[in-house]
Amino acid sequence: MAVKVRIPTPLRKLTSQQAIVDAEGKNVAEVIDDLEKKYSGIKGRLCDDDGKIRRFVNIFVNEEDIRFLNGTETAVKEGDELSIVPAIAGG
Amino acid sequence: MSKIKGLICRECKNEYPAEAIHVCEFCFGPLEVNYDYEYIGSKISRQSITEGPKSLWRYLDLLPVSGKDVVGANSGFTPLIKANNLGKLLGLNELYIKNDAVNHPTLSFKDRVVAVALSKAKEFGYDTVACASTGNLANSVAANAAAAGLKCFVFIPGDLEAGKIIGSLIYNPTLVAVNGNYDDVNRLCTEVAGEYNWAFVNINIRPYYAEGSKTLAYETAEQLGWRSPDQVVVPVASGSLLTKIRKGFNEFLKLGLIDSADIKVNGAQAEGCSPVATAYKNNTEFIKPVKPNTIAKSIAIGNPADGYYSLKAVKESGGVFETVNDNEIVDGMKLLASTEGIFTETAGGVTIAVLKKLAENGKIKKDEVTVAYITGNGLKTQEAVEGALHKPIRIDPHLRDFEAAIKK
Repeated sequence: MAVKVRIPTPLRKLTSQQAIVDAEGKNVAEVIDDLEKKYSGIKGRLCDDDGKIRRFVNIFVNEEDIRFLNGTETAVKEGDELSIVPAIAGG
Repeated sequence: MSKIKGLICRECKNEYPAEAIHVCEFCFGPLEVNYDYEYIGSKISRQSITEGPKSLWRYLDLLPVSGKDVVGANSGFTPLIKANNLGKLLGLNELYIKNDAVNHPTLSFKDRVVAVALSKAKEFGYDTVACASTGNLANSVAANAAAAGLKCFVFIPGDLEAGKIIGSLIYNPTLVAVNGNYDDVNRLCTEVAGEYNWAFVNINIRPYYAEGSKTLAYETAEQLGWRSPDQVVVPVASGSLLTKIRKGFNEFLKLGLIDSADIKVNGAQAEGCSPVATAYKNNTEFIKPVKPNTIAKSIAIGNPADGYYSLKAVKESGGVFETVNDNEIVDGMKLLASTEGIFTETAGGVTIAVLKKLAENGKIKKDEVTVAYITGNGLKTQEAVEGALHKPIRIDPHLRDFEAAIKK
């Protein structure tokens, strides 16, 4: 399944400054693995050594936080949009 | 020599230059200002502080801006009130209220963080400032941007109180009301911040912005006569304020400005949005985001960026997290008003209601010096108490009508 992934500024050095990239996968975990194939090093930024999403990384599928869905097992389908968002301060 | 060495990742300690960045490129951890305390220690003293202006800028040595041409020159140095009436009711002999409901210019503690953030934004050369806000930050960014001649975009959740919306619009910013809650606004703003070269005070300016909250601790220590309290009660939204208040006291200790900083730090949340208090009660480090549902909209952040750090700060200090429901919040607002003559917003109602619980269940002892942080003004959230107050006596303008009415 091809999905669009929105890349936050701190990671754009890895994607040659592209803000949106394409990736494949049936769920979020597979999409991250596919991103790693295309943009080496990106998985290490998003996941800790155990492969879990880092504490300060938020991932959204079509605007919903994956922690309200099935975490990295959240299924994605053709045309979905995945957004990677760093934690931001209060207001 | 300079008071700032740069920025440093709170998690992996990678160092960065002091630029408009906020996230570690390696681990996504938040970046913090890295101070040279040895240098600061050689300059700062109780005397140098007391000779400074009657504003938060008296602590300039501990803030990450140059201090030339500051924005928000009159913010901070709000009253610390000995709350004898409320204290008597709660059985606390040494209760104080730090009253940021009368901060300048927009009546909330956000005037502190915005003073620092906009001063820094000007230093960096930005001509446009922006923020994601639950209301108070929007008011402060809009007002200070107007005074500083900066262009301004503020993003808020669509369901805010009228006072918070008018309280931004009057300064003529571009106000964007987003269909969704604060966490939706936050996500959108992170994406906007990636595309526009603006100073987003709580995104790319965040490391500097957040430091402004430390001044609440500095002022408290100074106003108590250069000592720390035994207990503090702080409302928790993103968790940044609580974390920075603790940091402020610890910095004063490190610099020898106070003799100890053994303070129990207590976090207050509304039941309808209590992700950090829930993690505390479940004794887990993992903070599960929630969808907020509370009248305390200014602290309705379901996915708190500094939740983890505020949880850690409370636990390390020996404090607790406590929650209160919407009725208790309104009662808290009325209690503070009727005992101390201070009209706070819903977030302050949370703080006072939690303070009451902690006093009643013995978590705060009667002779402990206790400071409750009142962070916003009740005139901005009048909807919350409208139905909970008695009605005025309505009469014709005759003495006999008045006397008849008050005899009832």
